[in-house]
Amino acid sequence: MRQTWVTPGGVHPPENKIQSLTQPIGSLPIPEKLVVPLGQHIGAPAIACVKHGDTVLKGQKIADPAGTVSAAIHAPTSGTVTAIESRPIAHSSGMEALCIEITSDGKDQWIEKSGISDFEHTSASALLSIITEAGIAGMGGAGFPTSVKLNPGFQRPIDTLIINATECEPYITADDSLIRERAEEIVEGIGILSHILGNPHNILIGIEDNKPEAIAALEPHTQDTGINVVSFPTKYPSGGEKQLIYILTGKELPSGSIPADIGMVCVNIGTTHAIKRAVVDGEPLISRVTTMTGEACEINRNYDVLIGTPVAHMLEHNKFDAQRCSRVIMGGPMMGFSLTSQQIPIVKTTNCILAPSVEEIPHNEPAQPCIRCGMCAEACPASLLPQQLLWYSQAKDHDRLESHNLFDCIECGACSYVCPSNIPLVQHYRSSKSDIKKAQEEKIKSDQARERFEFRQQRIELAEKEREAKRAARREAAKQAKAATGTDSMADIVAAAQARTAAKKASPEQELAKLERAVSSAEMRVQKAQDKLDTATADAETEDKINILSAALSGAQQKLEKARTRLAEHSK
Amino acid sequence: MLDFIIQQPIIAALVALAGLGIIFGALLGFAAEKFKIEGDPVIEQIDELLPQTQCGQCGFPGCRPYAESIANGDEINKCPPGGQSTINAIANLLDVPAPELDQEHGQEAEVKSVAYIREAECIGCTKCIQACPVDAILGAAKLMHTVIVDECTGCDLCVEPCPVDCIDMLPVEAGIKEWQWPAPPLPNGLIATDKTHNDSNHEDAA
Repeated sequence: MRQTWVTPGGVHPPENKIQSLTQPIGSLPIPEKLVVPLGQHIGAPAIACVKHGDTVLKGQKIADPAGTVSAAIHAPTSGTVTAIESRPIAHSSGMEALCIEITSDGKDQWIEKSGISDFEHTSASALLSIITEAGIAGMGGAGFPTSVKLNPGFQRPIDTLIINATECEPYITADDSLIRERAEEIVEGIGILSHILGNPHNILIGIEDNKPEAIAALEPHTQDTGINVVSFPTKYPSGGEKQLIYILTGKELPSGSIPADIGMVCVNIGTTHAIKRAVVDGEPLISRVTTMTGEACEINRNYDVLIGTPVAHMLEHNKFDAQRCSRVIMGGPMMGFSLTSQQIPIVKTTNCILAPSVEEIPHNEPAQPCIRCGMCAEACPASLLPQQLLWYSQAKDHDRLESHNLFDCIECGACSYVCPSNIPLVQHYRSSKSDIKKAQEEKIKSDQARERFEFRQQRIELAEKEREAKRAARREAAKQAKAATGTDSMADIVAAAQARTAAKKASPEQELAKLERAVSSAEMRVQKAQDKLDTATADAETEDKINILSAALSGAQQKLEKARTRLAEHSK
Repeated sequence: MLDFIIQQPIIAALVALAGLGIIFGALLGFAAEKFKIEGDPVIEQIDELLPQTQCGQCGFPGCRPYAESIANGDEINKCPPGGQSTINAIANLLDVPAPELDQEHGQEAEVKSVAYIREAECIGCTKCIQACPVDAILGAAKLMHTVIVDECTGCDLCVEPCPVDCIDMLPVEAGIKEWQWPAPPLPNGLIATDKTHNDSNHEDAA
């Protein structure tokens, strides 16, 4: 038994996991329309590479990643692209973002898949590009593009690979059921990860001890592979990245750093399954296991659901009773958010759809004044001072918030959960965090504006100085010229001007050549005019035209005459 | 020496004090020369707080001149783009009471806006380019001009010189990236008479 460490704080909310574990992972009929958001991950939203009306096959790429920190998007089923427009997406704001709507043709026809059977003989970079192409982003919640995480660079060697199978939030059993049924694929996925990271010394699967079946399912496949399945006492939130690293290794991740800085990579277990599917089977990430639970639904179970399936479609197939439901939550009861519309689609990070009854999760009680009991500080897994943060948050004291490490808050909701005054602490922190971020962005913008303004001022000043210098130089030159001639009588000025023109005049040879050129070109023109007149007379054109042409001819002849006279004058 | 001190303690004390005074005076004088600060640091600090739109609505040609003026005792409520938050920040810095925004200089805009040139109508006169304090307009004589949105401070200065009125100030669209978590309502409304009609206690917390 490997040693584990105990994190500070934490809470023990009712687990409510049994309801959804009575049946194996199911599948839903393909919905008529799937709505696939372009931004399902952290980073830049993907860029659509299909057009309205295109026919797509299941697994075909429909959006390219935009930059390094981004992920590709694939068609979850075969059909036609019927819209690329803004739709409500899975976001706490309930706002709309660009989505691709695919109308299913019911055939569910795959594109040609090309998997790699022996990944051990494939280079890490080739595997990474497969993972990038498959659009894999962290499936635990944040949705960080996995290929970026797996590429920490040479200066950060990885010695520990941590697989996060904690699933500490109540109600959610997606990872649990995935491990029970597909442990072999998961272990294969871990093998691929380990190969990409250069076979780190320690490979640890962190799992809470409330999942004995899952642990038992992993055991036969992990024997003699060097993979350690580490179980530890159940506590919320053990599944936070920093918390899990501490529990498994006793190392604290410094504020503001990522696990790779201390030689670790932490990957969700669902992601390892997706990686196996992408590399070995050649299937991009187009479906995931999602828990459908809550008392307002008669059926509680896990589904292998296509990305882009509207929540309404899931609810429909689980005998959803809208009357009993207090709200539909995406994610768990601690960190999830209420959906503003049931048309919101399932995305890569959706691990749970919770439809609780009013008795199960009642409406929030009104917040009452803080009684300074200090329970929030005891519950905080990041050892912060939630009470102090609340004061500063209400006072909008950004400096103090930052000095009290607001940005180390993982927004787990443990403090709100224990608060006897029902103060929505996390909401205060989130609001303050976005305020601070906005202020920082504005600061950057105003600094930029100042720089540009000052640069412009300098440029204008410089240009003015240059002009001034030129004026001064001209004045000086005029003065000198005056001093040189000594007098300024009219005759002198005229003489000087004549001298300047004479100097400007070209030498006689050049002049002669010029005049000769003029004569020859005038001769040519006369010739041309004559030719034109001849052809016109021969073709018996109208009188008008002939008149015009003969006028042109006589004009050209006059010019030739003039040029000849000038040449003759010059030669004299 | 010792005899003199013992015999004339008063004079000795006076001499000693005068000596100390001279030494420390010289030291302070040297330090003042050596560690001299160019300009007034308060101006820098005020300038940091101003929004740097360079719009001139305060009556000064840019944010820095206004900062200098504030440091010399001018009113701090002449900056509409900064609004009340800037006034509060400056008041906090200078330790003076925060007045309300002086409406004479303009009103605080609710949404930030940026200039937009209707390019089909632009005649390429370069007048807006000359007016832009932050060089955010791109173009040349007799060629179409356009605004670099990321650099535009929304100062409005280009609108007026345009001879064909083809510049609009458009509000910046707030997408999902700009969305901010709303602050939860403060714990009031517990006493029935304090309650207002739009108080909602069914806010969905995470």
